[in-house]
Amino acid sequence: MLASITSVASHSSALGYPLLTFLILAPAIGAVVTLLVPGRRPELARAVGYVASMATFAMALFLLVQFDSGASGFQLVESHSWIGAFGITWTLGVDGISLFMVALTALLIPIGLLASAKIDKPKAFTFWMLLLEASVIGVFLALDAIVFFIFFEFVLVPMYFLIAGWGHGNRRYAAMKFFLFTMAGSAFLLLGLLSVAFLHQRDTHTLTFSIPALTDWASAHVHGATAKWLFCAFAIGFAVKVPLVPFHTWLPDAHTDAPTAGSVVLAGVLLKMGTYGFLRFAVPFFPQAAVDLAPILLVVAVIGITYGAIVAAMQPNLKRIIAYSSVAHLGFVVLGIFAFTQQGISGGMFTMISHGLTTGALFLLVGMLYERRHTYEIVDYRGLWKAVPVFGGLFVATTFASIGLPGFSGFVGEFLSLLGAFLTSRWYAVVATTGVILAAVYLLWAVQRAFTGEPDEANKATPEIGFRELVTVVPLLGLSLFLGFYPKPVLDRLQPSVKALVAHVEQHSDYREPAVANLGPVAQAANGAGK
Amino acid sequence: MILLTAAPARIPSPSVDWFSILPAIALFAAAIIIVLGRSLIRHDPRVTHAGLFTAIAGVAASAIFTGIQWSFVHSDGPYQAMGGTVAVDGFTVFVQTVILGATLLALLISAGYLRRESLEGAEYYALMLCSATGMMLMASANDFITIFLALEILSISLYVLAAFDRRRLTSQEAGLKYFLLGSFSSAVFLYGIALVYGATGTTNLTGIARFLSQTVLLHDGVLLVGIALLLVGLGFKVAAAPFHMWTPDVYQGAPTPVTAFMAAATKAAAFAAILRIFVGAFSSFSVDWRPEIWGLAVLSLLVGSIAAVVQTDVKRMLAYQSISHAGFILIGVEAASLRGTAAALYYVCVYAVMATGAFAVVMVVARRGDDRHSLSDYRGLAAARPVLAGLLTLFLLAQAGVPLTGGFIAKLGVFSAAVDAGQYWLALIGMLAAVIGAFVYLRIVLAMFAPEEGEVATAESPIRVDGGTATALTIAAAAILFLGIVPGIVLDFARHATQLLAR
Repeated sequence: MLASITSVASHSSALGYPLLTFLILAPAIGAVVTLLVPGRRPELARAVGYVASMATFAMALFLLVQFDSGASGFQLVESHSWIGAFGITWTLGVDGISLFMVALTALLIPIGLLASAKIDKPKAFTFWMLLLEASVIGVFLALDAIVFFIFFEFVLVPMYFLIAGWGHGNRRYAAMKFFLFTMAGSAFLLLGLLSVAFLHQRDTHTLTFSIPALTDWASAHVHGATAKWLFCAFAIGFAVKVPLVPFHTWLPDAHTDAPTAGSVVLAGVLLKMGTYGFLRFAVPFFPQAAVDLAPILLVVAVIGITYGAIVAAMQPNLKRIIAYSSVAHLGFVVLGIFAFTQQGISGGMFTMISHGLTTGALFLLVGMLYERRHTYEIVDYRGLWKAVPVFGGLFVATTFASIGLPGFSGFVGEFLSLLGAFLTSRWYAVVATTGVILAAVYLLWAVQRAFTGEPDEANKATPEIGFRELVTVVPLLGLSLFLGFYPKPVLDRLQPSVKALVAHVEQHSDYREPAVANLGPVAQAANGAGK
Repeated sequence: MILLTAAPARIPSPSVDWFSILPAIALFAAAIIIVLGRSLIRHDPRVTHAGLFTAIAGVAASAIFTGIQWSFVHSDGPYQAMGGTVAVDGFTVFVQTVILGATLLALLISAGYLRRESLEGAEYYALMLCSATGMMLMASANDFITIFLALEILSISLYVLAAFDRRRLTSQEAGLKYFLLGSFSSAVFLYGIALVYGATGTTNLTGIARFLSQTVLLHDGVLLVGIALLLVGLGFKVAAAPFHMWTPDVYQGAPTPVTAFMAAATKAAAFAAILRIFVGAFSSFSVDWRPEIWGLAVLSLLVGSIAAVVQTDVKRMLAYQSISHAGFILIGVEAASLRGTAAALYYVCVYAVMATGAFAVVMVVARRGDDRHSLSDYRGLAAARPVLAGLLTLFLLAQAGVPLTGGFIAKLGVFSAAVDAGQYWLALIGMLAAVIGAFVYLRIVLAMFAPEEGEVATAESPIRVDGGTATALTIAAAAILFLGIVPGIVLDFARHATQLLAR
């Protein structure tokens, strides 16, 4: 029998201490300590930031080790009552879907801090970054819908201050737009959550927001129009976050005007909160509605892939190109998820990880250019490769990684997600494939304009990449390369959860996974692709 | 008609249970002492200080009596006193606690304000205590006559308080406007009482509930008009649209501590009356009044949040937002359920804290003259006074309903109640109004933290935070975080309070 996606692994409390709570508390405590550091000692605040975020990273690595790769349910679950009047409990747990998102967050925050070593007002900056880390990790670990929502909403606050306080260009507008768009989306999400919980209460006379309990109940008892309405409420909430066309307009502004570390975290993990939401709530809660409405989401995903790529190609601003490329990449994730095949969902999730690494690295590199030249306009750059060869090489390599060249993680993710989509929704996959080519167009064209040719005086004077900057980029690029050649460790941990999710959808809807999709382990197909 | 045909009966004289109104008496006694002291000792400046301490002592004594009442209610259950005109139940205790807390905070921020504006006078404290007395009575009133008396006691003192800054024209205007419209709404309220009495033959809320549950009214027109008029009168007091016209002007013109007091405590008292009258007495007519409350809630939410968007005056923005907060609380009332009532109570409590906190910062930033309220006066505040800006941000984010603040739990409560009652659209409108509200709050936050280049206001006179205000701000900030992170205690209190309603 297949393990249910909502099962709680038997060895859940094997550790004897609440590792997951620590993962949230460590950066939160770091943030409070930062606040207590006197304003005259900025270097102390920075040190607190490194220590807290590295401690979190170490714990995340420990979590990766502790994670039982064969199990599909939630692991390391811990639960305490919190707000009894609403049936809200502090319940945390991790499964294959959330594991790597936590790890990615824990990796990107220290890198973001390191990349922002020269930023002004370091105390406040560190405070918000650590608070951001705590809340993002909370989003991925929460097994109580309201706890999830609390973190999901709270993420807006530090990100808002990061954009408004340290951004550039039209930062005030961008920060406001980011906050309001997402909050408006969350309104639908909260309405959906409350509706499910109270329908559940009417049926069972217990008020709970436990995600496993609501998943089991909603997938079996909510049907027809109710399920479709509720699915739409959830979908709107998450679509704003992903973002899916037509809710994407906040993203280019927020990405472009955010400070480098903000963009890295925004693209790296914040957008994935949306796709994660689809995997954790919208699809498992209402499998039949998800299957019925999948064509809409597939269309939107394909539009995102092609539209994002075309608009990106037209941008004169380097950072805006990367911003729009996120719209396209996240389109692949949604395409994979709503293919409902193991390959598709694995591919979508793998793209989530890969996009965090490669786009994070791209934002870091573009940020370095901005620090040197105070412009993102492509026309200001020419012949950079000759002027700064190491930087140029890294940039081109990262571009390849982002395009999804074989050998980089992007290829594995997009290939799987296209493969999965091809099995069930052939024509969507065919159109989406053009996005792969378009990605090469917009990124390589930008590289060609900025990096090739003969540098003029201003470009010649651009300083070469420093050691600290190398330390921020190389791990991301290295990981992308490693996962491109050897994705097995990740896919092995994703697979049980993905398999259980597909089984869950099959069990509660009229959808049947095509036999060909279930022939062999996903990892095999992927390893074949990686070589 | 009933009276004419009834046989002449002896009017029973009720036994007077002083204990049931002791919390109100304690406040009133303190007010009397202050007035007496003021008239006996004329020229000693220490009278003002003594006035403040007497007032705080009165609040403390009142709090102790409220605590004793709670222990009685908890052990022996709710009861009615004074011939059924006063109810001592969990609901009374909860609302009284909120009123006392709001009064304490208002007193604390008043001291520094009065000194700064050279308005020192013990009368101010006496008036505030009188008003609070009315509110305490309103919280426990179980009879329309008592409610009306309480309403007048609290209002008349507030009219004077709103106009207390004699030298400032806007303050006088606020007082006059509040007085004119307030007395008009009292008249409407009184007419509503008369009609309800005509329809049911009693002014006692328990009696009305009993009458309506046992009797089928063939012609309920009089009662329905009465209910509507009551709603108009109370809608005025809680500043619900479309009876909100006075709110922006009065809130803006009144001395800022009075504005804080008005927003926090008056809303609590008036909502206590609304809940007791509608969810309590008229529960069997909920089919008729729920749509009315629905309309009031939606209008308040939209008017409050949308009108706030176009303001450039921070005090006025907060005034408009108080209208939209009334709308959120009305969402809880509309549910007409235990969950809704508890949620409304919790919201009232949270709002008292976050409104007082925000207005306290507004008062400090306004500096001497109490007129620097424009958004440009807040530009760059974070750089100049980071702690003050941080506190205002906390209170504003709480009002926006950001998680980990009391405001989130409060909004979650009313939205839960609405969804539980099947009012999905109302909940959605409320949530979207919260988004518009967030825009308003974020504008203020942006001005403080990320002013546009060259826009930083040059502070010609430094901002001073006196001890009392600092204490009040600390209490409010701690409370708003407490109410957001460990809300269980107060939530359970509110739920118990609703269950222990005297019937």
